[in-house]
Amino acid sequence: MTELVSSAPMSRAVPGARLRFYAAWGMVAVLLAAFPSIFTSASSLTTFSLVGTAIIFALSYNILLGQTGLLSFGHAVYYGIGAFFAVHTMNLIPQYGLPVPLPLVPLIGGVAGLLLAILTGWISTRRAGTVFSMISLGVAELAVALALILTDFFGGEDGISTNRTKLPAWFGWHFGPQVQVYYLVAFWVFVSALAMYALTRTPLGKICNAVRDNPERVQFVGYDPHIVRYLAFCFAGLFAGIAGALAAISFESANFTDLGWVKSGAVIFSTYIGGTSIFAGPIVGAIFFVYLSLSLSDYTSVWQLYFGLLFILVVRYAPGGIGGTLLMHRMPFRVGGLGRILRTYAIAAVPTLMLVGGFVLAVETIVHHTVNANEDPRIKAFGVSFDASSPMTWIVAGLLMLIGYFVGRLTWRGVTRAWDDARTIASERGIPS
Amino acid sequence: MIPAIEVRAVNKSFGNVEIIRNLNLRIEKGERHAVIGPNGAGKSTTFNLISGYLAPTSGDVLLNGQVVSGLPPFEINRRGLSRSFQLTNVFARMTVWDNVRCAVLWASGQRYAFWKSMDDLQDVNERTIRILEDIHLAARRDVIAGLLPYAEQRALEIGITVAGGSDVIILDEPTAGMSRAETDRAMALIKRLTEERTLVIVEHDMNVVFGLADRISVLVYGEIIASGTPAEIRNDPRVKEAYLGQEAVDA
Ligand SMILES: Nc1ncnc2c1ncn2[C@@H]1O[C@H](COP(=O)(O)OP(=O)(O)O)[C@@H](O)[C@H]1O
Ligand SMILES: [Mg+2]
Repeated sequence: MTELVSSAPMSRAVPGARLRFYAAWGMVAVLLAAFPSIFTSASSLTTFSLVGTAIIFALSYNILLGQTGLLSFGHAVYYGIGAFFAVHTMNLIPQYGLPVPLPLVPLIGGVAGLLLAILTGWISTRRAGTVFSMISLGVAELAVALALILTDFFGGEDGISTNRTKLPAWFGWHFGPQVQVYYLVAFWVFVSALAMYALTRTPLGKICNAVRDNPERVQFVGYDPHIVRYLAFCFAGLFAGIAGALAAISFESANFTDLGWVKSGAVIFSTYIGGTSIFAGPIVGAIFFVYLSLSLSDYTSVWQLYFGLLFILVVRYAPGGIGGTLLMHRMPFRVGGLGRILRTYAIAAVPTLMLVGGFVLAVETIVHHTVNANEDPRIKAFGVSFDASSPMTWIVAGLLMLIGYFVGRLTWRGVTRAWDDARTIASERGIPS
Repeated sequence: MIPAIEVRAVNKSFGNVEIIRNLNLRIEKGERHAVIGPNGAGKSTTFNLISGYLAPTSGDVLLNGQVVSGLPPFEINRRGLSRSFQLTNVFARMTVWDNVRCAVLWASGQRYAFWKSMDDLQDVNERTIRILEDIHLAARRDVIAGLLPYAEQRALEIGITVAGGSDVIILDEPTAGMSRAETDRAMALIKRLTEERTLVIVEHDMNVVFGLADRISVLVYGEIIASGTPAEIRNDPRVKEAYLGQEAVDA
């Protein structure tokens, strides 16, 4: 035991870590700056604005879910309030001739989100777990109801619109061209992501993790878990408000759906799918979610159905999300079992894709018969055309699913075995999994 | 002199079951005090009452002369009392290093700071390294606490308890479930880490208790039936009758 102690490093290799930190964030900055030169079309810049907003929103949500262990069902309330305050600010500035340029508007949204979180948070963070989740749901219901009543501020069903180019120019920029909006969003994505990352490395950030793991024990090292949860909640509200304001700038409008449960559900979905246990998880999840919801809806009318199934599958089979699952492969990589695991994946992918293909075919056929029954039976889903009225379609779908399922089961056993072997080697060598 | 801990006529009931009855206890500063008694006697409940995990139904608990009963655990901890748990109670998904850092934070005056980087807190990091070396876990600093073997989790439990530098340390069966050799090592550790501090410990191993304690209290059915030096306890007929097996007394 003693020799282990004396050979242990005396302190963290702080300079190395610091260098990596600056290198990583410097690279992000360069990528963000170069993006419009690579993707020049206005539509890809618009898509980025959506993605960037979703990234801040998901990261803010993960302050609650991943860092502090709080499952909120109403995070969009703070996003929505940021959006509405941003829109009203953008309307008031030209009206009163205030010298505030557009790039400062997200700050107003952030402050709005923060102030609302300060108000609602104290009571809702008193307890974690189910109590917190239920209160967040109640606050969300209340917010939507209020939004539809207070029509002066929220604009009823239509919402409030604005014109971002009416604000005072900022170094000659009026934010009419999409690329100028892109740089505004990119700047705020960078600053917000960096700030939220830095937060995870502060005393408060660490204690948030401790409260997530064991709120009881935290009290016996001097911390009040209520205050820790409250502060986390306020930060989450602040960054959600910034995200909402950026959305309002992109769309030049805000609508009561911005604070509704669909929006709250979407942020849970993207954060969880991306992975809550690592900082970059929600970033991956937000990109994945926006991209999938934009593209999937082009291919099929029941894309939400596939979304729901995907979510269930991730919760059941990859609870670490995309990020956590990727990271999980560090262990087989270290013990040299990764090659075999990847080979078993490749084998298992064939029947699994058959199963998925058969399932999609069946779903699309049913959708055709129930929803679009009077239309042309030759339908097209995911770029493949087939005749929904032909019995062949059903036979093919059935066979694909059957074969895919039974062969798939066998091949996935191979995956399990490869993992078990890697784990055995890892535990023999004392490598943590 | 003001005692470190004073329990005055404390009663505790769960529903209408009285678990602690008229408990009186006085532990001087710097004393090593063992609480012994059969399972279910109320030892852990007593610790819960002293550390603020439970509030007494009636009576007072004083820490360094100040009434602390009714205060939440974090207030009592800030006044200089730290406890460990009978069942390991660590931050399971965090590394060993971060477990101890969190235990050091408040005592280093960091409070809820969100404008400082943890890595820049020299004082916190140095204290953490010292604690990790004390509990022989320096080489395991990057392991996730929940994945540590049992004995190492128990060591971490003690590390978290003493990390804040509290003057009063109370340990609830720190060696529960340990082998003979592990127990000896843990007790040596506890002795060293609690030097010049007040220690209250629940321990079942009589050899350990009589070797360590300055004073011993015997708790049976929620009542203290005897309190005194090891020699007094060894020769107390009520203790012999109620709790100690004859062989344990002879040992
Ligand atoms: N929260 C509680 N609610 C109800 N009964 C409890 C609670 N905590 C402890 N008890 C009861 O109090 C008695 C004493 O328990 P405990 O203090 O854990 O004993 P010891 O630590 O001496 O073994 C036991 O009978 C136990 O069942
Ligand atoms: Mg006990």
